[in-house]
Amino acid sequence: MEIIRPEVSTPQEADIAEGQLINSFISQCTSPIPDPDKWLEEDLKRNILLTTVDTALAWARQRSIFPLMFGLACCAFEMIGMAASRFDAARFGLDIFRWSPRQADLMIVAGTVTWKMAPAVRMVYDQMPEPKWVIAMGACTISGGTFRESYSVCPGINRIVPVDVYVPGCPPRPESLLYGITRLHAKIIKGTIDNPSLSLK
Amino acid sequence: MVAINSEELGKRIAEVFTGSVVSADKEMLVVDSVHLFQVATYLKETPGLDFDYLTVVTAADYMEYFEMIYRMVSLKQNHSLILKTRLYSRDNPTVASLTPLWRAAYYQEREIFDLFGIKFEGHPDLRRLLLWEGFNGHPLRRDYL
Repeated sequence: MEIIRPEVSTPQEADIAEGQLINSFISQCTSPIPDPDKWLEEDLKRNILLTTVDTALAWARQRSIFPLMFGLACCAFEMIGMAASRFDAARFGLDIFRWSPRQADLMIVAGTVTWKMAPAVRMVYDQMPEPKWVIAMGACTISGGTFRESYSVCPGINRIVPVDVYVPGCPPRPESLLYGITRLHAKIIKGTIDNPSLSLK
Repeated sequence: MVAINSEELGKRIAEVFTGSVVSADKEMLVVDSVHLFQVATYLKETPGLDFDYLTVVTAADYMEYFEMIYRMVSLKQNHSLILKTRLYSRDNPTVASLTPLWRAAYYQEREIFDLFGIKFEGHPDLRRLLLWEGFNGHPLRRDYL
């Protein structure tokens, strides 16, 4: 607003000028200025939610995880049990297990990883598009488990790929894996647009 | 399926191949590793024995010697036999391959070569089966860490 400086000589005249200014201002401001959302209909106005791009994207990602079908040993059966109707992973947006790493964004490594299998695990991980997450399921995957001292078993999947959530158990129950997935949700919601998987760069 | 009387069979084989039988009792027939292929050929091709089906080939490490264990079956005669042989060399244990007689021995001999380091002469493609090339040692040997 333009500031009007009246040319006056005495304080009394200045007061009068100020009073005239205020009165004219009041007479201009009789009706409210329309809101920017006045073009919206009444129903829509009540349903608008303001948020940030980060939160909206992370929220969408969190509830639409496509896991990779990657069962290596007995843990795979608990993973299948989690996905099937009794435990119903679809409640958490974890709907379809993909066979192709190019269509997946969560790798549930379920089972003993041998050194002969390890290059394949790494290759599958590299083929997955960003952002991607990894759940290490079961004692063998986390640390080698019973086979830790073995000549043929990789002692811990985190030597091959970065792991987001560890689900212990031998094998973990489907409930444990579901809990692990809710912990993964808690991690995904913290992601930002330039670093969605919170990876160390 | 009836186990054949390997004690009697041992006497019969000792007559055919002199010095080939180490011991023979009711459970098993132990032969000399030099005569293994001849004995196996005899067992497969003699009418009345007809061991046409090799079910298991495996090995065991007793530190003094390696023992090769063959379990064979005759589907025609409905009897079975456990044949064993002992290899006393630890650095270079070698035995004749039975793959030319029974194709079933192919993968099991490769696996034994991989995990015990026993060499099979006459095997068509003796490579490691389970472990990767360049792996140091043979893990199922007793003295492997």
